[in-house]
Amino acid sequence: MDTALIPKGVKRCPIWQFALWISANGAVLAWGVFAMLLVYIKGLNQTNMNNAYGFALWIWADLAVIALGGGAFFTGFLRYLVGKEELKYIINYAVLIGFICYSSALMILGFDIGQPLRGWFIFWHANVHSMLTEVAFCLTCYFGVLTIEYIPMVLENRKLDKVPFFHNLGHNMHEIMAVFAATGAFLSFFHQGSLGGVPGVMFGRPFGFREGVLIWPWTFFLFTWSAAAFGPCFTIFITKITETLTRKKLVKDNVIDLLAKISGWMIFFYIIAKIIDTIYWATVTAPSKGFTFLEFYTNNPGSAYGLWILIAEIGVCGVLPALILITPKLRRIQGFLWLAVFLGVIGVCLNRWVMVLQVLAVPVLTFEDWFTYLPSWQEVATTLLPVAYGVIMISVSYRYLPIFPQERELNPIDEPAAAAREVIPEPSAAGPEPELSPAES
Amino acid sequence: MFPFSFEWIWDAGHLVFHGGLWYALTVLGLGMTYCIIKAVLDAGKGKGDHHH
Amino acid sequence: MKNGNFKKFGMVIDLDKCTGCGACMVACYAENNIPFREDDTDKMLSVSWMHVYRLNNGKPFPDYEECFLPRPCQHCEGHHGHSPCVSVCPATATDYNMATGIVSQIYPRCFGCRYCMGACPYHVRQFNWWDPIWPDGMEKMLNPNVSVRMRGVVEKCSFCVQRYQLAMDQAYMEGRQEIEEDDYQTACTETCPAGAITFGDLNNPEHAVHQLAQPDPAHEGRPKNPKAFRLLERLGTNPKIYYLSRREWVRRAGDNYLKGEFQNKAHS
Repeated sequence: MDTALIPKGVKRCPIWQFALWISANGAVLAWGVFAMLLVYIKGLNQTNMNNAYGFALWIWADLAVIALGGGAFFTGFLRYLVGKEELKYIINYAVLIGFICYSSALMILGFDIGQPLRGWFIFWHANVHSMLTEVAFCLTCYFGVLTIEYIPMVLENRKLDKVPFFHNLGHNMHEIMAVFAATGAFLSFFHQGSLGGVPGVMFGRPFGFREGVLIWPWTFFLFTWSAAAFGPCFTIFITKITETLTRKKLVKDNVIDLLAKISGWMIFFYIIAKIIDTIYWATVTAPSKGFTFLEFYTNNPGSAYGLWILIAEIGVCGVLPALILITPKLRRIQGFLWLAVFLGVIGVCLNRWVMVLQVLAVPVLTFEDWFTYLPSWQEVATTLLPVAYGVIMISVSYRYLPIFPQERELNPIDEPAAAAREVIPEPSAAGPEPELSPAES
Repeated sequence: MFPFSFEWIWDAGHLVFHGGLWYALTVLGLGMTYCIIKAVLDAGKGKGDHHH
Repeated sequence: MKNGNFKKFGMVIDLDKCTGCGACMVACYAENNIPFREDDTDKMLSVSWMHVYRLNNGKPFPDYEECFLPRPCQHCEGHHGHSPCVSVCPATATDYNMATGIVSQIYPRCFGCRYCMGACPYHVRQFNWWDPIWPDGMEKMLNPNVSVRMRGVVEKCSFCVQRYQLAMDQAYMEGRQEIEEDDYQTACTETCPAGAITFGDLNNPEHAVHQLAQPDPAHEGRPKNPKAFRLLERLGTNPKIYYLSRREWVRRAGDNYLKGEFQNKAHS
């Protein structure tokens, strides 16, 4: 039915199977949209946030997806500015993942604010001294960059490419993509950093506050660095998941290996910086405000914010993936690569969680206690909404656009036979899971 | 965002911040304008018709 | 200001006088049109510009002692007006007024990002999780000088700034350049039956607040009075609410100290 839209030389699952897959994700999406409407109509009382937890699950999700989407700007930076040519085989997917992450972040911010209709005030009445202002500006601009980077991919669709204007537009945008990528990298360095600056400048919150250089607290640099380091982990992780679901090899090992190696070294140096930052904060910054390091990690209900969280973030999800990824022998073993990128993704998410939630949970007034928070179902549903949206975006993009330049080479098919199979679905196509594409035999 | 907003001050903070913003927007805007105009001209010259 | 005549309005609260009656909170609700709900028991969701904390010394009977600590907005000055909340607001919806020292909140400008709430260690900033609903007829009793707030914005104690404006208007009508100490007093100050709250210009040596707190301009207003302290002084927020107590454990509760630090401070 939609054969004419599917890229030449690749095989996709039958339309019914695709529709089923989209519907399943669409159900989650619809649930999220319902919750979002509740929030828009009834207000933020639909959440479990309170006067102590002004920031909660949503802001964490925002920070997390932006960090994970960092794979787009850093891969673009490596490909267009550093000149790592091999990465052109994965840049499309990195951009698509980034596009999804950033559109999700903007969507979440849209309903996270108390007066959504006044959202434009952040631009119009900008307070240039606020980290959040810089986040808003750079995030929106960078989303523009990602859109510009995604458009040529859409224009490569078989049908659209036949329109001369679209063909030429896509070609021209490719030609000057380095300019856009450079602008994107410039914007990303700042907004990733400003997100780190959000807790870093809060000198009333000793858990988040950090000294720094000029107007930038150390968290500014740590956030940019960690997004550049862990973002590619997410790109690899999603690529691996896509390969598993489609049961196809989509990107050559040398490409993944290069990105994994760079990511590994970035994490390695990041985690050293993070350890130094933690030691300085624990022994100098916090005591200067009258806090011992352990006060931030003890006596809280259920040890939700126990020392385990620091060990998990820095050790298990920082040092370990770094060591795996910088060791050629280890990162070339698929199991270890999977483990490392998975831990990396968890690690950066944990860091963002701590820098949003724990900052607010720690009691600062001596006569107050730890503050606890559990998200409401509306918050959970609206946080799953971008996940479902992302899966649908990837599925649709993968089906109709040549996202993986190496797919044809890695999965050669006999064209007429493939065309015949599109009409009569094979039994193998109806696998145990609603796959994006049937197995290659 | 604009000098006519009443909270605008001509200080280093505003110049650096908004300078960076408008620089980025200008690069993106001019880049896209170039791509679109060139695409129209190229299409007029018959480029991109090889698929038909 | 042209004349360099900066005021710095502030408050001194004598914790040894406070009985915890809560009259200041009630007065604040009435003066400032603070919204409330039918069931307002969850204090993490309710709005109260003035909140009275109940502290104890942690000792068993008969050494047990209690103290009530009223907490309005601390109107932090930080370093040169760089208060924790003002500096982070992305939409310039809150401002530190150098002429009065009052941290204001512009409700129609606030879009509810709540960054200021996170930045404030005193929890004085509260969010309107609901639209205000007044019991039938009560809307006629609202203070016409204070705008009511809508759902989705942050609000906090304003030092009854509307009273300052009225006092200034009055002075102008009477041909005076300055207002007297009594011309501008907050609702909580006037209401406190124990006389625990004193309000005035910390920069004016004739005002009671100045004499009680004895702010040291060389150390960002740190009190010279050994019985006075400010909440979380060590964070560098430079607040304008001073607390008085003869009891050492109360003064210690005002800030975080490492082992032995407070004793050293007390002896120095």
